[in-house]
Amino acid sequence: MRIGVMVCHCGNNIAATVDVEAVAAAAREFPDVVYATDHMYACSDPGQKTLEQTIRDLKLDGVVVASCSPRMHELTFRRAVERAGLNRYMFEMANIREHVAWISLDRKRNTQKATDLVRMAVEKLRVDRPLTAKSFDVQKRVLIVGGGVAGIQAALDCADGGLDVVLVERKSSIGGIMSKLDKTFPTVDCSVCVLGPKMVDAGQNPRITLHMLSEVEEVSGYVGNFEVKVRKHTTYVDWTKCTGCGACEEKCPSRKVPDAFNENVSLTTAIGIPFPQATPKRATINAEHCLRLTKGKCGVCEKICPTGAIDYDLKDEVVTEKVGAIIAATGLNLFDHRKCGEYGAGRYPDVVTSLAYERMLSASGPTAGHIKRPSDGAEPKTVVFIACVGSRDRSLGRPYCSNFCCMYTAKQAILTRDHIPDSKAYVFYMDIRANGKGYEEFVRRAQEEYGVEYVRGRVAQVYPKDGKLIVRGTDTLLGQQVEVPADLVVLAVGVEAAKGAPELAEKLRISYDAYGFFMESHPKLRPVETNTVGVFLAGACQGPKDIPASVAQASAAAGKVLALLSKDKLESDPQIAQVATNRCIGCGKCERTCPFGAIRMRELRDGSKRAEVVETVCQGCGICSVTCPVRAIQLQHFTDSQLLAEVNALCRIWDETTES
Amino acid sequence: MQTINLAADCDQAFMDAVARESGQDLKSCYQCGNCTAGCAYSQDYDIPVHQIMRLVQLGQKERVLSCRSIWLCATCQACTTRCPNNIEVATVMDVLRHMARRAGKAPERLVKSFTDGFLASVARHGRVFEAGLAAVFALKSGKPLQDAGLGPAMLTRGKLAFLPHQPGGRGKEEVAEIFARFENRTDAAPAKKTGEDAQ
Repeated sequence: MRIGVMVCHCGNNIAATVDVEAVAAAAREFPDVVYATDHMYACSDPGQKTLEQTIRDLKLDGVVVASCSPRMHELTFRRAVERAGLNRYMFEMANIREHVAWISLDRKRNTQKATDLVRMAVEKLRVDRPLTAKSFDVQKRVLIVGGGVAGIQAALDCADGGLDVVLVERKSSIGGIMSKLDKTFPTVDCSVCVLGPKMVDAGQNPRITLHMLSEVEEVSGYVGNFEVKVRKHTTYVDWTKCTGCGACEEKCPSRKVPDAFNENVSLTTAIGIPFPQATPKRATINAEHCLRLTKGKCGVCEKICPTGAIDYDLKDEVVTEKVGAIIAATGLNLFDHRKCGEYGAGRYPDVVTSLAYERMLSASGPTAGHIKRPSDGAEPKTVVFIACVGSRDRSLGRPYCSNFCCMYTAKQAILTRDHIPDSKAYVFYMDIRANGKGYEEFVRRAQEEYGVEYVRGRVAQVYPKDGKLIVRGTDTLLGQQVEVPADLVVLAVGVEAAKGAPELAEKLRISYDAYGFFMESHPKLRPVETNTVGVFLAGACQGPKDIPASVAQASAAAGKVLALLSKDKLESDPQIAQVATNRCIGCGKCERTCPFGAIRMRELRDGSKRAEVVETVCQGCGICSVTCPVRAIQLQHFTDSQLLAEVNALCRIWDETTES
Repeated sequence: MQTINLAADCDQAFMDAVARESGQDLKSCYQCGNCTAGCAYSQDYDIPVHQIMRLVQLGQKERVLSCRSIWLCATCQACTTRCPNNIEVATVMDVLRHMARRAGKAPERLVKSFTDGFLASVARHGRVFEAGLAAVFALKSGKPLQDAGLGPAMLTRGKLAFLPHQPGGRGKEEVAEIFARFENRTDAAPAKKTGEDAQ
């Protein structure tokens, strides 16, 4: 066998603490190595050219590159090796940057360790075998979890690109948080007016299937061939018959149901449609409050419904969807303001969350767009906004900035002054984060044009006195305590991960951070991909994000899905498990340990059983390989003999150095 | 107001000492002002508490240790409770008071007199002797009659006794042992909340 070695300087990244020339010189003495050199940047075009040329000139059978992590450039070099006519798996990478140069300044020992790693790589390469990828068919469909603005945008883009889309939404209408907003910053245009057309599009597009009141129950399979079980919670209304006329809602006698769409500011009925623009516009029964379902009496809606759509016996349904890719767009939850007892949140009715205030501002909201104090219905003349409630607060376990509260607070303050011209609006803030296009100008407008008073400091307490709410805070710019007697206090509550986000992440086999936000594959260069191939992210499920950022990421995720599913066949990774049938004793341990369900037991003609790997499902994790009691399963490219070659090399080095 | 030279006027040793003795991460203060917002004595302070935190962050030893606020702090812990960054602000104030005392600074002389008198009384009787403490403090303060009006009301409610109470059992000896242990302590820097100034 003829092996070539290239040791990379990586500028100063490696060369500063590793004698790369010495490593190359040492490599020339290793068995089967016929050529070794060093290079300033092995990954650069000249570096790859040198590699290719050398393979051809010296008729090499395999190559070792000692440079950075395989996560960075393994693919680069595999392609270079392939261009020079070798199998791409006749290549090994020794990581002498992250594992050596960056972790120690001891040049002598670094050089020794780098040499050892190269020797291990050479020994493995000597027993490497060429591998060939297989291809498999893909489902040209995508499943999107979450029907907020991000999910809707991704669905429309995917459908536009010719894919069938399955949109799964937990609520009875798509639209998400954006459909609850009155206006959007910095343009102050009507939120539902700009979202409405997209909702209608998503509802009417023949390529888009909506699963409402639904949740993902189970995900199996792999990129190109996912199988997703979706639980469709029952609505007790046959939606194929319901026309959305609203007659049931008018007659329903259970009228004291907290209206979740209106952030529980008002009451609604047990059956109904959450808001005028709801898509699909269909009625749903709230089983907790329905008199027929809780007490067995009533049945008014059944009698009144002109199309006979009401069916109290309808049950949950589980449907299975086969898709090629999945986009998670589960959005966000808002911080529970009741945790801030010092603001009287949950105790004083006139201390409300920003989203509840948004509903009060909305023409379709509980007060028909007239701002009224929840306690007595009076028009507030002094409104105080408190920023960073549940944001940038380590004591509440929320150290991060929620990204958009500064902006919606400025918007709500402007709207307050618009609705009630003789009102005063105060904003207690710590820093103003207005870094989007036109955002800073918007905040300045709130202060200069609308006379909103910005006070730099946190608020320590809110307490009632003489019919007012006294807001006690600091003006740190003055270095003094300040207080405002307010009629209404609005808490700019921060963002947290959507309820159930970690559970969904486990089902999708993607990572999530300490706060439940889904992890992107790379914070800069792979912002919509996850570490599970075929699963993508859109919107605030990945971190606090405003509407423009969510929409942009949704379109980006759709672009990724369209690119992935534009191919008729995908290549499977050949680094998977392989069963030596003559060794297998059919014990079935591998089948039970495989986390991906990639192993089946096949019955032979004599009735005995043998394990069989479903090649497209196997992720190459290697668990079966270590489970097998007779070593009948080997992970390709990481076989026992290949790994032992590395271990033996390491042990020989150990023997040599300890003897001397 | 004088210009502060942020480089030359910064006392790193002071900053380190405050951090070490208080056990608090002073760098995590981002000046939101919530400590001052909740402070019950801010109106009497010469420097509001959030600015004391800032001065400590900038190593302004002289201004911090000679301010009145650290002596007026009631250690009610509202600042500690409110701090979004989990800083025990009241502990920092306590440490600063100790440091000021060690540096021979006590701009609020009466606060120091009262605490000294309180401690002396406890050391002597095993618990505080209110009438004695009141008399001593009245004399030391130079305004012997300023609190005299309270006397009759306190007497009729049984809050002032003419003779010191004795703690039950071994109480007196146990308290004396605490004082002895403090006097004979081996560590150089006194730990916080020892009896040195009875805070």
